[in-house]
Amino acid sequence: MNEQQQTLWDFMRQQSGKLLEQTIQHIGLTFISLFTAVLIGLPLGIFISRRKKFSGAVLGVAGVLQTIPSIALLGFMIPLLGIGPKPAIAALLLYALLPIIRNTFTGITGVDATVKEAAVAMGMSKWQVLSKVELPLAMPVIFAGIRTATVINVGVATLASYIAAGGLGEFIFGGISLNNTNMILAGAIPAALLAILFDFLLSRLQNINIKKLKAVTVALPLLLIVLSSFYLVPSAYATKLKAGFTPEFMGRQDGNLGLQSKYGLKISTVVISDAVMYKAAFEKQLDVISGYSTDGRLKAYDLVVLKDDKGIFPPYYAAPIVRENSLKKFAGLEKILNLLAVKINDSVMTALNYKTDYLHQNPEKVAKDFLVAQKLWKPAQNGGDGEVRIGSKIFGEQYILANMYSMLIKGNSHYDVATKTGLGGTKICFDALTNDQIDFYPEYTGTGLLAILQPSAKVVDSLTPSPQATYNFVNDEFEKRYNIKWLKPIGFNNAYALMMRRGQAEKLKIKTISDLKRYLESR
Amino acid sequence: MIKILHLSKHFGKVKAVDDISFEVKEHENLILLGTSGCGKTTTLKMINRLLEPSAGKISIDNKNIFDQQPETLRRSIGYVLQNHGLFPHYTVAENIAVVPQLLQWDKKRTEKRIAELIEKLHLTKDQLQAYPSELSGGQQQRVGLARALVADPPVLLMDEPFGALDNITRSKIHAEFKALDELKRKTIIMVTHDVQEAFELGDRICLMDKGKIVQNGTPAELLFHPKNNFVREFLEEQRLSLEFKSVKLKDLWQWLTPTPRPPKARVKMSADLGVWAGLEQFKFKADDTINIDNTENNETKSVGFEQLMAAFYQYKQQQAHE
Repeated sequence: MNEQQQTLWDFMRQQSGKLLEQTIQHIGLTFISLFTAVLIGLPLGIFISRRKKFSGAVLGVAGVLQTIPSIALLGFMIPLLGIGPKPAIAALLLYALLPIIRNTFTGITGVDATVKEAAVAMGMSKWQVLSKVELPLAMPVIFAGIRTATVINVGVATLASYIAAGGLGEFIFGGISLNNTNMILAGAIPAALLAILFDFLLSRLQNINIKKLKAVTVALPLLLIVLSSFYLVPSAYATKLKAGFTPEFMGRQDGNLGLQSKYGLKISTVVISDAVMYKAAFEKQLDVISGYSTDGRLKAYDLVVLKDDKGIFPPYYAAPIVRENSLKKFAGLEKILNLLAVKINDSVMTALNYKTDYLHQNPEKVAKDFLVAQKLWKPAQNGGDGEVRIGSKIFGEQYILANMYSMLIKGNSHYDVATKTGLGGTKICFDALTNDQIDFYPEYTGTGLLAILQPSAKVVDSLTPSPQATYNFVNDEFEKRYNIKWLKPIGFNNAYALMMRRGQAEKLKIKTISDLKRYLESR
Repeated sequence: MIKILHLSKHFGKVKAVDDISFEVKEHENLILLGTSGCGKTTTLKMINRLLEPSAGKISIDNKNIFDQQPETLRRSIGYVLQNHGLFPHYTVAENIAVVPQLLQWDKKRTEKRIAELIEKLHLTKDQLQAYPSELSGGQQQRVGLARALVADPPVLLMDEPFGALDNITRSKIHAEFKALDELKRKTIIMVTHDVQEAFELGDRICLMDKGKIVQNGTPAELLFHPKNNFVREFLEEQRLSLEFKSVKLKDLWQWLTPTPRPPKARVKMSADLGVWAGLEQFKFKADDTINIDNTENNETKSVGFEQLMAAFYQYKQQQAHE
């Protein structure tokens, strides 16, 4: 409970170095992409104001880019540009383009036709009409576009942390995964302040008197260049191998913090989303990653798990956690959910995950095939006895489990099922459960212990060596505190693990985390 | 000075200007008159190549305008727009200095010329640093005129220059316009749909309809010798006031009977003015008279209202039988 009682201010002070670094990265990301977007968008906007037949196509494409969800856009960038700042800047640039192109176009076409005609009739060349009349008069509208783009970019840049580009998103998404409100706020508040600050500063520029327009036209590019250069501040240190950890892993005692305190592991680390981490390791952009021991991509990308020889990763046995009210409301639900107990071990789960994550089979099909093979599958009966709401976190394994439970409930009872998959990380899923938005979801004992209950380090140390003790502890505490029951474990242990490419690990003779440490410290 | 031969402009299938030809002599003020859509503005814009004609020739001072760079050509032609078209982000001084800047005049020369112009156009020095939006409509139009005149171009094109002004401001500017010596040295083509304005300011009037010229002549020719019914009907509604405006006092000279014993004549006026200007002087007292000076024969006649009207009637009779 220590962390809970820590105030936001304490947290920010404690993490001030990191906070400053992230803020600077954030500003840098925002403005590098903005600057590039202006360099591309302004000429493009001018071009389509001249050749109006292209305006529909250009604005249409920019508009479509704008509607692609940010995470998806970042995902598209990885095959092209890898991970790190490059794809993040490219994605942010695409988001910033539309407001800049559109406002340039609107601004220029909005200049009074009489004024334009007068400029031509006075004997100005095309270039003079543009630079002396159209651009100055369109400037307020163009500024408004740049302003919109800035605010969008400050917001979207938080997602850059998914692909190892840093920024304030590291705290925000780490905090969401870790159920650490202070951490979320330490990222979210500075991000919001940045958005407000830049919006305010640009609004001052926008409203500036028409007389000072020339000064502003010079000042703005300079300002953009200075702010962009923020990102070029070099990172603190570099080691022989490069690690990529998820935001969740970064902040956990049973994650990076444990690696540092118990193993003394020092490795240069970037924060990256689980979704792209494995691929990045496979493509040699990263050497060590924090994965899950049952992840299908382990098989797909030929990665090996480093043995946790000091036992810092607690057991993560999966089991459905259910509201006690729901168990009362839906008679027989407990029995149905327990049908899956002890049916899936680590290698089975890894194989199932491989099918969805790598072979891209539908989780529903994978779930059904498995149930049919286990002779657990029954055709769906008619519903009508009320609706069971299943939640799941936003990754493949949880989708498979949610689908299995859905089929089991439909086949063995008259309940209807609503699946609310993709509820983000632990915090969102658990909040949905305690607030009666869902009836149950699959959770892991280690997560329940460390992310939700957060007992003292002493308690954790005493529990983690024993899977059974951990299960008993979380079950008792959840019942006491939240009226939530842990049903029987499904069988597999999806624990944290450090992984490396098989080839590299064999070549460097690294089998355990201690081996890794020794290698890093050797000259 | 300006020669236009078989000029046409087609927008798709619409013939906005359909094979017209006319000439404007040096220092003449030609009015292109007509309703909207008759092709008068299109014609005007082809002269400084804001629009390129579909066919035809235009020459200024015997030089084919299509042999010149459009920018160079435009810098030698003054252009006044209906809604002034001043640059809102430039001060009055900067607006007027646009063409000198394009011609790369030195600063002193520009300043001197601007000072000269604003005095002639009744603008004040403080207004030079103001922005167009801070001026009244009449002042804006004067700045627009100054901008067109600053480089002293021989030719001035005016597109409904006074169209956006209220009646009082307009008649005031009309008077100034006629008195401005700068303009007497210019060859002017002015577009308007206002018949009164055309008759007041034009040396000659080109009446246009559906892209063609219906009649090209002096105001008196249009009034007393209309080419067809279109011309007659176009002028019918305002005929009397147009006649008063276009007939000059000197045109009536032979019919004007002086009052035998003039009381003390209050007003002295030139016979070059229109009948309308003469009529305006009467205060409608029984023995009211005005003195008219004819510079052509150095005579002065003192006439009353009735004599003037009688002479005007006789003049009309004679025109009708010519």
